[in-house]
Amino acid sequence: MEIEKIENKKMTESESFTQSDSNVKQVVDFALEAGRILLKNGGEIFRVEETITRICQHFGVEHVDIFTLSHGIFVSAENEKGDVYTRVKHIPLSGAHLGIVAEVNELSRQIAEGKVTIAEAKEYLAKIDHTPPSRARAQVLGAGMGAACFGFLMGATLSESFVTFFIGCFVYLWVLLAKRCHLSKIIINIVGGIFITLCAIVTRQIFPSVLLRLDGMIIGAIMPLIPGMAFTNAIRDIADSDFLSGTVRMMDALMVFVYIAVGVGIVLITYNNITGGFIL
Amino acid sequence: MTTQEILSNLFCSFMGTVGFAIMYNVPSKYYIGCGVTGMAGWIMFLIVNAQNYMTSAVASFFGAFVVVLMSRILSVRMKCPITIFLISGIFPLVPGVGIYNTVYYIVTNQLTQAALKGIESFKIAFAIVMGIVIVVSIPRDVFHKVYYWFAAGKD
Repeated sequence: MEIEKIENKKMTESESFTQSDSNVKQVVDFALEAGRILLKNGGEIFRVEETITRICQHFGVEHVDIFTLSHGIFVSAENEKGDVYTRVKHIPLSGAHLGIVAEVNELSRQIAEGKVTIAEAKEYLAKIDHTPPSRARAQVLGAGMGAACFGFLMGATLSESFVTFFIGCFVYLWVLLAKRCHLSKIIINIVGGIFITLCAIVTRQIFPSVLLRLDGMIIGAIMPLIPGMAFTNAIRDIADSDFLSGTVRMMDALMVFVYIAVGVGIVLITYNNITGGFIL
Repeated sequence: MTTQEILSNLFCSFMGTVGFAIMYNVPSKYYIGCGVTGMAGWIMFLIVNAQNYMTSAVASFFGAFVVVLMSRILSVRMKCPITIFLISGIFPLVPGVGIYNTVYYIVTNQLTQAALKGIESFKIAFAIVMGIVIVVSIPRDVFHKVYYWFAAGKD
């Protein structure tokens, strides 16, 4: 009897040990996944850290240390017995999907209020991650609309804005296509700049009777390429004293600006030389 | 400015911001908030820049200030990340003309003009940075308290 009792006790002890152990693993893995999705789709550093801490603490992992960079997350958690579990995740700098950021934020809010269990939350997170960017058509039209409107704000005429709408649509179509083929940012933006300028020049040659200025069309059409998200996030990270991530993102944004300028510049300089410098 | 110009400016800043919100996959229930944010920033820019008393860098600073303030208010009100309103709302203030002119003058070898325009667009970019940093640095708790205090006062 006695021996059986002791054995039973041992059993429950080891069981509880494995349970808490697997619990820590499960929670940290889940929190890291949520952080990865946030960072990949354009969340700020402090939001990623806050979400991971919130999830871990709500599901009972008290001791957790997080170190987040613009392209990587390091999480280390400890259970009551002092066993440490550590994960590192590399997340390449990539595109933006603000809808997903909003959804993950909502999920973490619900977890903090205690409305969801970890299994439900996991299922929900997997569903969020697999939302396909299915609204490509709307995105293309939105890019065109934005390009035309901002071009008009910067002083383009109505007819120039009209042309800008189409150029903006085509440019964003190119961006989407290129991203699907995993082309690098250098190629996407330089070719984008070249394409915009070529389109503007060709349109002006086709309709010589309408007064179309090159700058009016180009200024609006480069708007969809401008890395507004990388720039804004960089500033916000720097404002939160995350200087390392802020610098990396700022560098990313500045390089994209340079690539666009190179693309536009190449075509302008060639055109200028061909036409002998009269037209520009 | 004529009434027509004002109306077209309002319309374009609203629609342009909504267009970029669609481009960044913002959920559709936030479109109006995004549009209003962009429009508010652009109105502020126009008001400050109106009679050429202030440079466009100062105007961009105030524009960015209003954009971030609006996005923080909306993000508290609609319970969502501030990023959603901020990123598309800041776009009307981006110095697209300055960047284009810099490239243009470099290409046509008018380097003095290029330096002028380049430094000017850098100034504008820095003004936007300052506008964002100042408002973002207000701690969230302070912001929440002030917001709810005002909201309670209204009702």
